[in-house]
Amino acid sequence: MPLISLDEPGKEVLMMGNEAIARGALEAGVQVAAAYPGNPSSEIIGSLAGVAKEMGIYVEWSVNEKVALEVVAAAATSNVNALVAMKQNGLNVASDFLLNLNLTGIRGGLVMVVADDPSGISSTNEEDSRIYAKLADIPLLEPSTFQEAKEMTLQAFDLSRKIGNVVMIRSVTRISHARGNVVLGQLPRDLPTPRFDTSSPLSPMPSSLSHPALHRKLERAAEILKDSEFNHYEGPENPEILIITCGAGWFFSKEAIDILGLSSRLGVLKIGTTWPLPGTVLLNSLKTTEKVLFLEEVDPVLENNVAAFFAFHNRELPAIDFMGKNSGHVPSTGELSPDLVLQVLSGLTGVRIPDEEPDYVEKTKEALLNYAPNRSLAFCAGCPHRSSLWAIKKALALDGRDGILFGDIGCYSLGIFATGYFQLKTLHAMGSGAGMACGFGNFARLGATQPSLAVCGDSTFFHSVVPALMNSVHSGSNFLLIVLDNSATAMTGFQPHPGSPVNAMGMPAPSIVIEDLCRSIGMETVVRDPFDIEDTALTIYEMIQRQTGPKALVLRHECALVSAKKRKAQFRMRVDPEKCVGDDCGCNRLCTRVFKCPGLIWDRSGQKSKIDEAICAGCGVCVNICPSQAIVREDA
Amino acid sequence: MNKDPYNLVVAGVGGQGNVLGSQLIGTVLVNQGYKVTIGETYGASQRGGSVMSHVRISAKRQYGPLIPPRFADLVIALEPSEAARVLARYGNRNTVAIVNTRPVYSIDVTGGAVHYPETNGLMEKIRSLTSKAYFLDATDRALQMGNPILANIIMIGAVSAAGILPITESNLEKAISEVLSSEKVSVNLKAFAVGKELIASQISRDC
Repeated sequence: MPLISLDEPGKEVLMMGNEAIARGALEAGVQVAAAYPGNPSSEIIGSLAGVAKEMGIYVEWSVNEKVALEVVAAAATSNVNALVAMKQNGLNVASDFLLNLNLTGIRGGLVMVVADDPSGISSTNEEDSRIYAKLADIPLLEPSTFQEAKEMTLQAFDLSRKIGNVVMIRSVTRISHARGNVVLGQLPRDLPTPRFDTSSPLSPMPSSLSHPALHRKLERAAEILKDSEFNHYEGPENPEILIITCGAGWFFSKEAIDILGLSSRLGVLKIGTTWPLPGTVLLNSLKTTEKVLFLEEVDPVLENNVAAFFAFHNRELPAIDFMGKNSGHVPSTGELSPDLVLQVLSGLTGVRIPDEEPDYVEKTKEALLNYAPNRSLAFCAGCPHRSSLWAIKKALALDGRDGILFGDIGCYSLGIFATGYFQLKTLHAMGSGAGMACGFGNFARLGATQPSLAVCGDSTFFHSVVPALMNSVHSGSNFLLIVLDNSATAMTGFQPHPGSPVNAMGMPAPSIVIEDLCRSIGMETVVRDPFDIEDTALTIYEMIQRQTGPKALVLRHECALVSAKKRKAQFRMRVDPEKCVGDDCGCNRLCTRVFKCPGLIWDRSGQKSKIDEAICAGCGVCVNICPSQAIVREDA
Repeated sequence: MNKDPYNLVVAGVGGQGNVLGSQLIGTVLVNQGYKVTIGETYGASQRGGSVMSHVRISAKRQYGPLIPPRFADLVIALEPSEAARVLARYGNRNTVAIVNTRPVYSIDVTGGAVHYPETNGLMEKIRSLTSKAYFLDATDRALQMGNPILANIIMIGAVSAAGILPITESNLEKAISEVLSSEKVSVNLKAFAVGKELIASQISRDC
């Protein structure tokens, strides 16, 4: 029985922040939920998809975030409650629609959860999505605990219905991808049928009417939220320093105060309703102090908003020193941590952070230096991306014209590092590798001579590569798109996409065939298995010789992690110690030093290569790497 | 547990079942009425990187998802050099460590850019940073059972036998059926028993 649909009100369970959000949506009677997967947000829709059938709701993995928001908007303009989830980058994709939807408003409930990834733990970029709430004039809520993540989602639906507009929840990695206690509430019994009122069309025009109306909705939200339980103060009546915090910063602030014994000196104002600001709460708190410290993740959003609030209310307030990202008291970007908050508070109050005795600290430094060898990220053992990038490396070396491989977002982004032989030369947004390669493929007329190539994954292909392909056909760009089709959205947890034979709810679904789509718009397209490294390399070489418009090569091999779940390894691998002569070979340790599969290790005592049987996936590809044929594969 | 909050780090390498291990421990304790918070650092968990779960257990309140430096009470390391890495940051004189002895070499090591520490030296270093360290050949036993991933449950068996956390066969069984599924119960309980047996000789030496 999945936790999020457990019909036991009052039961206390351990839930991931993302599951708590999903549970809150179920308790609010959500009927439609959609997303494109992206960490740290993926488990919100993932867990709802798992209970869609039993709960009688519609859940989908959409082709991209803009479509996801459009799908849920169709529900929310038809009187039902709908949830969309995304990571920070996803909101960039969805923003065009959001900035029109906010003006028409909705007729049901629409909660948009954006999970930011401070410090880019599972992202290529870092951005603060909260700025969109201000841009779109929609209410913004930020949970600080797991219980609050559930309650906030539940209340966000209520607020959304009351004001007739989208409500945004901003979570962060340390809430979404953490687990904690959650007390379950009631699940609803009767849910409405979606019906769109055709007598009343939805259009933002004229903006001279819709924009002021939007502002009035935000004022109404401020009124509804003015006594919200999500905002609270804890500390002395007149704190030496008032900490204003939100999200995960609240946990860290509370603990740092405990550790440093500052509870009689410092106060913490936790704000859960960060836009529009809770005016009365702020005014009352700001009157009690002369120093304010802001602790929030990524950009100084709350800080700047409170500073503006202060400017508008300066006659009612004392002179206040504002400390935070603008003043340099807190790093200007990135995530907060207990140690960072301890350091900031220690620096401001002069209270020392407790530490071990110097001899212990000395030993830890030595441990880090000599006993914790670096662990670079690497493709998994048996990963088809390793073979694909090896083949690309070979083909580009053979071609010799300094070909450019434009990169994209997915596991294969690691191709910019050693595990992918440093082959990727750019890394930006979803689909942008193909767009850039399409552009460069047209520059021969400017005298450019470098071959233009791009890689993308199968899920990225559907998400945003297709428009660049139509662009390349129409513009006659000479570029090669290599689709690394591992039949999975592997980076985020193997969610299905339009190429999959099943949908989010586990039901059979028609799949779109990548090569058919490419051919249908006029691209020369071939399909290869990257595990056949020689053939793949030759195919790439051959395809970049001809200047006959855009071409596609689909390198299809199932993700090793998916294979491992389905079936036993194909081969049992071993290194023949008679044939591997170690450093005397002259290959300069090609298999361990260059190919770098984690399943192949260097046995220091034997001075030969060896298979690590706990890691090796039994794919057999390395047989073709060893020049001495010392690697042997036997049917497992 | 002799402290509140009791802070546990489960450390390892992507793909070792670190997240599941901490989730099972957390579920067992929430079912006993504790407030448990787990912070999972797994941005690149499947991809060869270091992975850590911070588990914070309290009878009083919900703690944050990250343990402050030097505040770990217990380190469960699924990989020995990860024990050293975690102890260097979160360890203190009273920290206890339970360590799987089987190294997982990073591509930096196999590529020859850095050396993996020699086993005895590494064990000595771990001992010097803890009040008590147990070493278990968990992966070797898991391989004998047919799947190296079972090392994580073997380690939980050891934690239980060492009397560090209130985990029993029956409450773990309940957690496994809640978190995984009932068909996964039997093989995992076997691994749990193996862990108890593996640590037994080291516990008897303490007495």
